[in-house]
Amino acid sequence: MENTLLRLENISVRFDGEPILNNIDLDIKDKEFVTLLGPSGCGKTTTLRIIGGFVTPDSGSVYFNGKLMNDVPAYRRPVNTIFQKYALFPHLNVYENIAFGLRIKKRSEKEIRDIVNEMLSLVNLKGFNKRSVSSLSGGQQQRVAIARALAVSPKLLLLDEPLGALDLKLRKDMQVELKNIQQRMGITFIYVTHDQEEALSMSDTVVVMDNGNIQQIGTPLDIYNEPKNAFVADFIGESNILDGIMREDYCVSFAGHTFKCLDKGFGINEPVDVVVRPEDLDVVPKEQGMLVGEVTSVTFKGVHFEIIVDIRGFKWMIQTTDYYPVGSTIGLILTPDDIHIMKKSEYSGKFGDYSSYSDELDELSENTEAEE
Amino acid sequence: MNKERNIAAKIYIAVIFVILYAPIAVMIFFSFNSSNSMAEFSGFSFRWYDELFHNKDAGQALLNSLILAVSSALISTILGTAAALGINSMRSKRAKKIIMNVTNLPLMNPDIVTGVSMMLLFAFVAGLLNSVHMFGFWTLLIAHVTFNMPYVILNVMPKLKQMDKSLPEAAMDLGCTPLQAFMKVEFFEILPGIASGLLMAFTLSLDDFVISYFVTGESFQTLPVFIYSMTKKRVVPYINALFAIIFVVIFILLLVRNFMFKDKKAKAK
Amino acid sequence: MNNTKRTWFQKYAASPYLVWCVIFVIAPLAFVVYYSLTDKNGNFGLANYSRMFNGETIRVFLISLAFAFVSTVICLIIAYPLAYFITKAKKKHQNMLLMLFMLPMWMNFVLRTYALSFLLEDTGLINSLFKAVGIGQVKLIYTSGAVILGMVYNFLPYMLLPIYTVMSKIDKNLIEASEDLGCNRIMTISKILLPLSIPGIVSGITMVFVPSVSTFYISQQLGPTDFMLIGDLIENEIKSTAGVYNYGSAISFVLMVLIFICIAVMNRFSDESVEGGILV
Repeated sequence: MENTLLRLENISVRFDGEPILNNIDLDIKDKEFVTLLGPSGCGKTTTLRIIGGFVTPDSGSVYFNGKLMNDVPAYRRPVNTIFQKYALFPHLNVYENIAFGLRIKKRSEKEIRDIVNEMLSLVNLKGFNKRSVSSLSGGQQQRVAIARALAVSPKLLLLDEPLGALDLKLRKDMQVELKNIQQRMGITFIYVTHDQEEALSMSDTVVVMDNGNIQQIGTPLDIYNEPKNAFVADFIGESNILDGIMREDYCVSFAGHTFKCLDKGFGINEPVDVVVRPEDLDVVPKEQGMLVGEVTSVTFKGVHFEIIVDIRGFKWMIQTTDYYPVGSTIGLILTPDDIHIMKKSEYSGKFGDYSSYSDELDELSENTEAEE
Repeated sequence: MNKERNIAAKIYIAVIFVILYAPIAVMIFFSFNSSNSMAEFSGFSFRWYDELFHNKDAGQALLNSLILAVSSALISTILGTAAALGINSMRSKRAKKIIMNVTNLPLMNPDIVTGVSMMLLFAFVAGLLNSVHMFGFWTLLIAHVTFNMPYVILNVMPKLKQMDKSLPEAAMDLGCTPLQAFMKVEFFEILPGIASGLLMAFTLSLDDFVISYFVTGESFQTLPVFIYSMTKKRVVPYINALFAIIFVVIFILLLVRNFMFKDKKAKAK
Repeated sequence: MNNTKRTWFQKYAASPYLVWCVIFVIAPLAFVVYYSLTDKNGNFGLANYSRMFNGETIRVFLISLAFAFVSTVICLIIAYPLAYFITKAKKKHQNMLLMLFMLPMWMNFVLRTYALSFLLEDTGLINSLFKAVGIGQVKLIYTSGAVILGMVYNFLPYMLLPIYTVMSKIDKNLIEASEDLGCNRIMTISKILLPLSIPGIVSGITMVFVPSVSTFYISQQLGPTDFMLIGDLIENEIKSTAGVYNYGSAISFVLMVLIFICIAVMNRFSDESVEGGILV
């Protein structure tokens, strides 16, 4: 076991009889950047609050450095939190907010001054000492919250959707900055978000959650390239998910064709889910295509076009840099490493069909999530 | 057309205003009367003010009222604030509801029933202890704390609900014990509610007549009870003087409060 | 989130208050019930209640309700347009106007009532003015009208404040929208303003009705000599004979129940609980 910092064992939580977390097991290594990723209500924030000491699990254990932490109150845990809306103390100025934890620990005035100044320069807020926190912009408040939590030099920092309230551009900048801070300070981050892009670009390890269960744990690359089930495949990036049948090792048939693939270990003729990423499909003239279909919609996305193609009644999404007009018939080819095979799961058939696809709907659902 | 309506509105406001202030103006005007006539102004004099200031009972009653108001406001603010904290964090919705109903009880109950009910309790205890001098400062204090606490709770509760729940958590996260988290963070967040609760408790206590009337005793008379016993004698012109003084004090206090309120608003902008 | 940990502090903060409530709110009311069900020797029975419904008391009850009803209606008729006109005033004047109308409320109500009687006395200013212009003395004080006047004068601010508060919070756009959709001013008031200000009206009515129906000082100071309201009756019963509180308790209990019924009925007219109105 290589230096596990935090271990969750068999954690279960119910609110008002509703299960929120089901037997969660999770190991987090020292200096790791871990992201808990999932839609709202998946239990990621509850997991974070259990680690922070704000929620008591109904069953299961929390170990920190091998020591059981269940009965240790929040204020004695070597863990600090960046709250969703920052939770800066409105009656204190920037300096006093950052000094707060140090004062509680009864550090000397000089030490406090040194640490606060160091933190202010770490988060690029030099000279903001006397400002009132309500006069700061969202991004600046975010920085103060980070400085405040880091000032008490925690072993583990918990971040609960810390960038959710910021606009897109600022969010991207802060992502880079947070990652830098984490590497420079050499502490473990547990980061909660519902934004898959954020999760993929920042994390060492991504924990995908849904419905109170961990769906998959892995590096961003693993999660993207080898999703374990339809939920993960759909939640991380865009995916075409089709019903397929595993003929034998390295051979699968779907969409009326049989393809070579790189997967093995399934039963003969076992039904499976097949994932094809939209950017992996190559468009060719229809005569050369393994699959042939008609373009039903085209959306310009800047870097590429997003094309929906109807192939035998199933709507595929394809990302391509070339333009094909609606109504044209095109061919598609797939190489074996474009095809990912997953075992059937409770999520099979629920995702990965773009027949009711529309940009607006997607945005709407994102907005409702952000409002929460 | 709009103008006409405006004038009508102004006249309406003015008429109500005059009716509301006529008795007050007359009271104050006649406090400077040299005779005790209620209709004829015989000459300007400070006679009744002089008489009032030399009236030991009035002075004592005022002092009593202030002592009672300060102590009952402080106690009810402390207990009421703690209660609001406790109630707000209760998990059982039913328990919350029951407690809030009990809290509303003294607010809905007519003062006379509250007064009578408390008097019965005190009379019963006095009977048990065989004590004749039960009624006085302590019974008044208990009664005033009782009717003040709901107002404190109703002032503090909204501030607690408005407060970002993660503030006390953030404090504990940074190492505060629950008590420290309250003293260093939550307290400042709900301070406006506590302050207005305290102020309200103070004025209500100072102003209360009906409940005090039932639980008061020979040994401790508050100003409203004193005024009541005086006005039963009909013509006592120094009541006019007292009236004028109280009016001026309240007027100044309200002006100051209004001014401070405006100042705060301006600053917030 | 509701299974967030509660600290010991949160768990026990309300206990002193709860203990206090049991001893000084619940227990006293229990005493009222106990005394109302016993005679002066401590024997249980419903004698107090049967006496109430047979005799003079029921008449006093009815008179009190009638007086309180009339004065509440008058307060509403005066205060509603007043609140409306105040909301129509310039923003910077509104606070001042409101303060001026609320100021008398900060005076002790015993003093306010006394001020009124001072003016209405047979030898008071109004009557001497009447005499001076040759109308002659008019009986103003110690009449039923004076009692109503006293109630209205004392409790008008309680009606004004909640109505004004609710009215001033009504979105001005709603008024404009209604006019935009073709309502004239009267229709706008009856279809938009009135329904939206119901919560204020309801708490105003409760706040005027309850003290009016239970007052005893106003009737003593301004009413006819043998005039009695329910408050006077209770005060008489409780204060006159030391140690005998039984009948007074019974009347108090009935008054309390009556008022709770009234409040419950009133609250059915409004989604808002009394909570909103009580914050003065």
